Amino acid sequence: MKSASRIYAVVKKELLQLRRDRLTFAMIVGIPVMQMLLFGFAINTDVRNLVSAVADQSNSHLSRQFVAELGQTQVLDMKYEVATAQELEELLRTGQISVGVFIPEDFDRRSLDTSRSAAHLLVDGVDPTIFGVASQLREIPLRFDAGDKSRKEAAAIEVRPYYNSEKRSAIFVIPGLIGIILTLTMMLFTAVAVVREREHGNLELLINTPVSTTQLMIGKVIPYIAIGLIQLAIIITVGSLLFKVPVRGSVVELYLAALVFIAANLSLGLFVSTVVKSQFQAIQITIFFLLPSILLSGFVFPFDGMPKIIQYIGEILPNTHFIRLTRGIMLRDAALSEMYQEVIALGVFTAVAMTAAVLRFTKRLD
Amino acid sequence: MDNAAELVIQARNLTKRFGQLTAVDHLDLNVPRSIIYGFLGPNGSGKTTAIRMLCGLLTPSEGSANVLGFDVPGDANPLKSRIGYMTQKFSLYGDLTVLENLRFIADVYSYPRAERKSRIDDLLDRYDLGKQMKQLAGTMSGGQKQRLALACAVLNKPELLLLDEPTSAVDPKSRRDFWAKLFALADAGTTILVSTHYMDEAERCHRLAILDHGRKVADGSPAELQASTGMSVIEVLADSPWAAQNELNTMPEVKSVTQLGIRLRVLVPESATDPLSLVSGKLSALGMNAECSIVAASLEDVFVAVTLKDSDQEQAA
Repeated sequence: MKSASRIYAVVKKELLQLRRDRLTFAMIVGIPVMQMLLFGFAINTDVRNLVSAVADQSNSHLSRQFVAELGQTQVLDMKYEVATAQELEELLRTGQISVGVFIPEDFDRRSLDTSRSAAHLLVDGVDPTIFGVASQLREIPLRFDAGDKSRKEAAAIEVRPYYNSEKRSAIFVIPGLIGIILTLTMMLFTAVAVVREREHGNLELLINTPVSTTQLMIGKVIPYIAIGLIQLAIIITVGSLLFKVPVRGSVVELYLAALVFIAANLSLGLFVSTVVKSQFQAIQITIFFLLPSILLSGFVFPFDGMPKIIQYIGEILPNTHFIRLTRGIMLRDAALSEMYQEVIALGVFTAVAMTAAVLRFTKRLD
Repeated sequence: MDNAAELVIQARNLTKRFGQLTAVDHLDLNVPRSIIYGFLGPNGSGKTTAIRMLCGLLTPSEGSANVLGFDVPGDANPLKSRIGYMTQKFSLYGDLTVLENLRFIADVYSYPRAERKSRIDDLLDRYDLGKQMKQLAGTMSGGQKQRLALACAVLNKPELLLLDEPTSAVDPKSRRDFWAKLFALADAGTTILVSTHYMDEAERCHRLAILDHGRKVADGSPAELQASTGMSVIEVLADSPWAAQNELNTMPEVKSVTQLGIRLRVLVPESATDPLSLVSGKLSALGMNAECSIVAASLEDVFVAVTLKDSDQEQAA
């Protein structure tokens, strides 16, 4: 009985402490509810509305009917209409579309010819889910020739995977992994680095020296920028040696993109450090932020497959933009200038987080 | 004191409130140059808060202070390179060595590169840290940490040193050595403001302010304070000091009784007529065998006397 009452004493003490740690308390409720709502809706392998473009060179009654049918499946969201296959490839390369529908000039005739495919689906093959969904479109019958049952209609549409023709998962995973690793280390290191000084009392000494807030922040951040770049080098090297993940675009541009992304995460880490009171809280917040960075950024599940509202949340996360940049540069040989919106988004995030961090960090204790 | 230019710290009505609590309550302070000025008070009397306001770490809720000619907290930044601050808790880096800590502080203060090495060597020697040079600061003893903290605080040759309970974690021997170092610094022209709750340390200060509940209840040199308590101190050597203490506490004239082993120190206001026979009369009337004598007030008596006054006022209010 004594042992039970002693256990009870410890349980009661633990609950009392938990109740006073408001962040932990919020996490207990917040993590399951918020993350479930978020990911329950977001995680959807039954993907719809892949951003697509069509190049209809035939522009016949039949081809227009075919495009309309593709649209009715709701798998494709026909955003652009272009003239040539080259333009489709360009959109695919710069990451503006996931699927390009190419209808050749002689579509009507080809659709009668069982030996040739009538239309081509140009698919960004990096994400296996997207490729799988697009492949299902082969099942769409071409109804113009209802009489001829002998024809194998599935062959009428040829699906061509781009950038990952062997469909290797390493090619899908590793460029995205860079962002996850950098988010974790950059955010955690900076957040903990500042909070540790506060916990150990070093900060009280530091703010009594002539070092300014900006000098302190910059000085704290520079070593971690270097660490981030070293991590990037390790991932690229191991990725290419072990997993044959290519860097088809410019390595310099990849580093530039990583610099902007590192800046975004460090700013966020600094901001977190001004909010939390202990290293433990800094770790909690980092995990809270890391989960959506994995699940909502397009790292695991196709971004287009998520509901619009979740996509807006995803757009706030730096990792969403960085994954688009790494996949673009490493796999599709896209140039940074072609994806400038992603760079701007990261820049804006950095500016906002940094401003918030500097405003919150004062050289006073009150 | 009449020469205002020689005042290193001047504070008027300095007040700090944290919600309902008034940590420092209308504090007036005049600290002249090159002396050791003490803040004496129990935990929670506002010593740390007052020091933090004086170095610009906290914004006063009311009142103002001028430190080395700068208004704080407004002008606190240029002040930073001219003061040295030793926090109550060890605030250097435990995972850096003694030498690395000193070098870091030198760089943060932009100490001239050419003189850095000789300055650090000098400090290692003066504060007896030469042997620990390569040791991680976190693994050192309380006394060693305190010497390192002082070495870092004085590295940039500050005009003013603010020390917040610097000796609370060290043994008496280290405390004595530490005070010898402080006197050497004061002799060389540094003004030192030190907070403490040890009476023996307070006695070493040139001047001192007694703080209680955020208010300054007395200030002056230790001798002045001891001479002007307004109380007669009667030492009682009784056979049964505990019983005697209980009896004396019932007397309205007796303001305080403190037991020190077999002796009692009894405070009676100077206004009372013949306090000695008042006390001895009471005890012999009760048949208690006691030897009573008037003695000089110690600093602890001063402290008890002034904080009594304070609580009397509180009751009256």
